[in-house]
Amino acid sequence: MTPPLYERPVFWGYVALVAVGVAAPFVVYPVFAMNVLVMALFASAFNLLLGYAGLLSFGHAAFLGSAAYVTGYAAKALGLPVLAAVPLGVALAALLGLLFGLLALRRSGIYFAMITLGFAQVVYFSVLQMPWTGGEDGLQGIPRGSVLGLDLGNRFEMYYFVYGVFLGAFLLIHRTIESPFGHVLRAIRENEPRALSLGYDVERYKLVAFVLSAALSGLAGSLKALTLQFATLGDVTWQRSGEVVLMTLLGGMGTVVGPSVGALLVLTLENYLASLGSWVTVITGVVFVVMVMAFRRGVVGEVRALVRRSF
Amino acid sequence: MIRALSGQLLLGLINGSFYALLSLGLAIIFGLLEVVNFAHGAQYMMGAFLAWMGLTYLGVGYWWALLLVPAAVGLSGVAVERVLLRRLQGLDPLYGLLLTFGLALVIEGAFHQAYGNSGSSYPVPEALRGGFDLGFVYLPRYRAWVVLVSASVCFFSWFIIERTRLGAYLRAGTENRRLLQAFGVNVPFMFTVTYGFGAALAAFAGVMAAPVYQVNPLMGSSLIMVVFAVVVIGGMGSILGAILTGLGIGLVEGLTKFLYPPAASVVVFAIMALVLLFRPAGLFGRPR
Repeated sequence: MTPPLYERPVFWGYVALVAVGVAAPFVVYPVFAMNVLVMALFASAFNLLLGYAGLLSFGHAAFLGSAAYVTGYAAKALGLPVLAAVPLGVALAALLGLLFGLLALRRSGIYFAMITLGFAQVVYFSVLQMPWTGGEDGLQGIPRGSVLGLDLGNRFEMYYFVYGVFLGAFLLIHRTIESPFGHVLRAIRENEPRALSLGYDVERYKLVAFVLSAALSGLAGSLKALTLQFATLGDVTWQRSGEVVLMTLLGGMGTVVGPSVGALLVLTLENYLASLGSWVTVITGVVFVVMVMAFRRGVVGEVRALVRRSF
Repeated sequence: MIRALSGQLLLGLINGSFYALLSLGLAIIFGLLEVVNFAHGAQYMMGAFLAWMGLTYLGVGYWWALLLVPAAVGLSGVAVERVLLRRLQGLDPLYGLLLTFGLALVIEGAFHQAYGNSGSSYPVPEALRGGFDLGFVYLPRYRAWVVLVSASVCFFSWFIIERTRLGAYLRAGTENRRLLQAFGVNVPFMFTVTYGFGAALAAFAGVMAAPVYQVNPLMGSSLIMVVFAVVVIGGMGSILGAILTGLGIGLVEGLTKFLYPPAASVVVFAIMALVLLFRPAGLFGRPR
């Protein structure tokens, strides 16, 4: 029998998430808060793949960046409203995800990582060379427009729009993880031949997870374009793909809130260290090494282990 | 027309020589340690940079650099294996990839901080200046040297791995390292030497590359992506496969640059997609 809602830690977790989310723009700069939300969504989508299906994609920036460009172009050059521009970005990311997934999932493990990296490079060079993306300059001055009576030009209204979408997507990811589908993914991660012999269509499960992860990464990218009002080449680079790996690793892969915590930590770090130039890259690398050597469970995973040990 | 085509093909052959040298090192390391060495590009860049720094600050010439720089980078590789990679044995190979990715960021970030984005050029050594006019193409002497040396290094490595006792141990370790250890071979020591050798090979390629390309902190990261694709196309199972695929991809890139320049940077990934579609284990790989 499931205990009543208010006795479950998950419920209070969500209460805290909503409380923090609603209060955030009054405490920190709203644009920073939005950026954290967007990257938290990106990392959570990525974690669905790495943490639960055990697939390390090293090219997830392709989905984030291409959706950002499509949404930006749709809103700016085509004058489409937000409710059309965002789904367009998500659709493209999902389509790319289907295409990459079909090919990359023919290999597993580290090959999968190298292949996704290669495909992401194709997206990078395409964005660089295509006539509508603005090349090195990217797309600038993307209008935010309005949605359902919210004037997104106002940064508070924009924040709550982004927050609402984030919360919906976060719930979807959480629900997916806890669903029978999510459990099959974990079974595949732990022992693929066994899952196969139990009669699960392993390839299809992986592909669905990959496309879902790509689409949600695209959603993050579309929101990012509206939030910052520009789409840049930086969002399709391999450095961005590495950054989302770092966020997930730092926060704790295979935990529900880990990637969001990781996104908050990484963006805060980058915010404070912005004046240090390339030292940021060095520090990022050091964090990678330290996490891999000593804290493979990530911040949330380590805290959870500590709590379990002390009770 | 013919001159332009053969010029691009020659350039492709040079690039292909570097792809071959780098994918060879990656394949050797992966074969034994099951680690995808993401730092390979950074080690290549270090090779080029140390050669340039040696010349600029200490007056160490090309020939000495060709010897000393790979030794230095190889030693740093030995340290990385002993201190870091060794502790990841038995874990998911993804952690090795993440660790070496972190190392690549540290190395590249440090050089970038010190030297910025702009490239420095490294002079072609005295003895290798000038070139030959072959009628259909002008062949600079240094480029001929690059192709010749990398071909010999590749052949030498192939010979060691396929025809000597040391190579037999290496191949046995790739197949089943626990069994090899049971026979009394010091496998952990082999791991260290192999990683060091792979790093030294990358640095050697870097020194060779210094007079050809601009020496800059990011020269390795753009190259490593192509080399990864080469490895996927060739399949990591075979040394000869890695070498041939590297050269082949270089030539195809050269041809693409002649036919349709904008596609030159992505053609290798398109080939990778085709190979995955029709021969997922790679051209020279064995399906498992």
